[in-house]
Amino acid sequence: MCLAIPAKVVELREAGQGVVDLGGVRKEISLELVDGVQPGDYVIVHVGFALTRLDPEEAERTLALFAEADIKAAAAAL
Amino acid sequence: MGEVKRGYVRPLDVKNGRIDMSHGSGGKAMAQLIEELFARAFNNELLAQGNDGTVLPALQAGERLVMATDSHVVSPLFFKGGDIGCLSVHGTVNDVAVMGARPLYLAAGFILEEGFPLSELKKVVDSMAAAAREAGVPIVTGDTKVVEQGKGDGVFITTTGVGALPAGRDLGGANARPGDVVIVSGSIGDHGTAIMSQRESLAFDTEIESDTACLHNLIETMLAAVPSTSEVGNAARGIRVIRDATRGGVATTLNEIAKQSGVGVMLNEKGFVIKPQVDAACEFLGLDPLYVANEGKIVVIVAREDADALLAAMRAHPQGKDASVVGDVLEDPHHFVQMRTGFGGRRIVDWLSGEQLPRIC
Amino acid sequence: MKYVEEYRDGDVAQGLAKVIAAEARPDRGYHFMEFCGGHTHAISRYGVTDLLPPNVRMIHGPGCPVCVLPIGRVDQAIKLALENNVILCTYGDCLRVPASESLSLLKAKARGADIRMVYSCADALKVARENPTREVVFFAIGFETTTPPTALAIKQAATEDLPNFSVLCCHVLTPSAIMNILESPEVRELGTVPIDGFVGPAHVSTIIGSQPYEFFAEEYRKPVVIAGFEPLDVMQAILMLVRQVNDGRSEVENEFTRAVNREGNTRAQALVAEIFELRKSFEWRGLGEVPYSALCIREAFGKWDAERRFNTEYKAVPDNKACECGAILRGVKKPTDCKIFGTVCTPENPMGSCMVSSEGACAAHYTYGRFKDVEIVAG
Repeated sequence: MCLAIPAKVVELREAGQGVVDLGGVRKEISLELVDGVQPGDYVIVHVGFALTRLDPEEAERTLALFAEADIKAAAAAL
Repeated sequence: MGEVKRGYVRPLDVKNGRIDMSHGSGGKAMAQLIEELFARAFNNELLAQGNDGTVLPALQAGERLVMATDSHVVSPLFFKGGDIGCLSVHGTVNDVAVMGARPLYLAAGFILEEGFPLSELKKVVDSMAAAAREAGVPIVTGDTKVVEQGKGDGVFITTTGVGALPAGRDLGGANARPGDVVIVSGSIGDHGTAIMSQRESLAFDTEIESDTACLHNLIETMLAAVPSTSEVGNAARGIRVIRDATRGGVATTLNEIAKQSGVGVMLNEKGFVIKPQVDAACEFLGLDPLYVANEGKIVVIVAREDADALLAAMRAHPQGKDASVVGDVLEDPHHFVQMRTGFGGRRIVDWLSGEQLPRIC
Repeated sequence: MKYVEEYRDGDVAQGLAKVIAAEARPDRGYHFMEFCGGHTHAISRYGVTDLLPPNVRMIHGPGCPVCVLPIGRVDQAIKLALENNVILCTYGDCLRVPASESLSLLKAKARGADIRMVYSCADALKVARENPTREVVFFAIGFETTTPPTALAIKQAATEDLPNFSVLCCHVLTPSAIMNILESPEVRELGTVPIDGFVGPAHVSTIIGSQPYEFFAEEYRKPVVIAGFEPLDVMQAILMLVRQVNDGRSEVENEFTRAVNREGNTRAQALVAEIFELRKSFEWRGLGEVPYSALCIREAFGKWDAERRFNTEYKAVPDNKACECGAILRGVKKPTDCKIFGTVCTPENPMGSCMVSSEGACAAHYTYGRFKDVEIVAG
């Protein structure tokens, strides 16, 4: 459920609106549900609304977790 | 004001005028519209015959006629990379060309909505004329009707094309065989993405342009390098099928071929060329690029032995520079089109069910 | 696309697959329910099950807002459009949902109803502003993710005192549905439907946080791992669930830390609480009447409530008798257990709701996985 996608905020506009960029596609969305969004932040966009800010550090940590599994698998194969 | 000459007819007010019911009534207004707008733009000797029908020269010996027709309704009428005018030429020329035929002539039927600005109609007609000229396929006959306001969407255009199919050539959809290779001529989903980006309810900014184009030159180049199997006379060689992947996208075209030929297809997701912006737009809207329309891309089934030669010939042509192998034809009693995902799994790439609608979930 | 593509890497998936296969004990089965249609979609679209060992089985849950929408709710929307002559705005997903008398919103449109697809509820507000002489109703569906945008739209309508806009609210709540599944006899009575753990919602959890699931983990002794909707997220969550099961733990773990914390989006929560209140009961397709499982618009905003404005009442309509959507949504049956799957009921002509949305268990299986039911043709 709930199709949503992380996109980068590139511009703030009045009335709580902002422009996000996803792979070169830009769309005006509402930032009203999230406090203090700044250009450069990544937000998760659903039906034209930002739901939350994406935490870049946590994103890296999750990727590291995947990599850990990969290393483990490689080690097990030895 | 100077003296008005006898017989003077005020020229069509292309700048501010609009289509009214008289433009379809068969009277003077219609004659003027045809003469000053259509005939002037399409201008060619065959059209100048000026009769109800056009007398066409005979074909070369052994050639057969191929005929195709396509009605064009598109919203918006003008989109990035094209408009309904050039689209109506490209679409029909391609339908003739993918049969392996040399496109020769086009007929055009217009349904105009009362109130449609003449300035926009002129843009559409000029674009059609330019496309036909560039393709070398003249529009040799036509028709215009007007419907009341609210009963049309500005303009609908039906084009019919005829072409000459050389003796012995057969590129029908039933020719694919297990072991064949599937090639797509370039990036997919560009047209549909460009159109959707300008629909009012979806509006997003992208540089993606429609890929709308006539592909008969590319196809001619391909057939010169690798003829059809029926021409080679060797079942292990040659091009089997060419199809333009329009509505319903590459997925639908491949399902049609699989059904017609009684085979299965295994695609490799990594083989497809998808522009990042098309990918991104599809992510936003919950669409699958495999099902998004193209207007300048073909799907080709070729015997494995000739796949490399064909790919090289396609890549040497500007319209096929991004051509790539996307899969194989298999024996499969269910006629499934499947795909190895980039992720390492498998899935079915089914017929499109209904219209592809943007999703929220 | 940053934060998307990295989570779809096929090479990393192979590594994760090996670890899952190594850690899943061969002497037992693992049955995990992915509650969300988003996970169902990712699993089908990327072919995740091909990367899992045979003893790890995924059960598709009811987390698809279109699938759980009962016929009677769509009937209400159609009636407003056909009889009250309103402009009915809704998301693309709702258009094909089957309703009574072989109708759907798309078919009602062909009968002359003014039905418009919108990408966002903000667009529905725009339609209302542009058509001041017409009544405009937004048919609002969705879980906690989709509710805050609707709340904002209602608040905006109130601020503008927009007289011709109202909302037909069908927003539903995730925890109540999970609870319903856990309370169902098939799950409670051991052995009928073994559920060893849940892959928890991604985007719903960005709003409600991970805290609401703690109750399930404790009370029902079921592990929950909240996971993002990308295929690697799903695989990582499966690995974390396998480990919990092996360790005998039942905790709430969060794989989707890049977007979910324990508290959720408190700003959105406050907004939702301001506009909506709990419905005493709401009928779900497949689950039946579930108490306190949905939202309705508060009295203070009643002016923008389509149910109040048009005095429309919900009438329950039974599903097609042969349709097994109910059992499938609860994980009791698989799509292929349904007699009409793939024959009478297809995505072109859906009988049951699971065949409508591409996230529905039946549609996902029909569209992406059907080859697994027949002799496999190797490529």
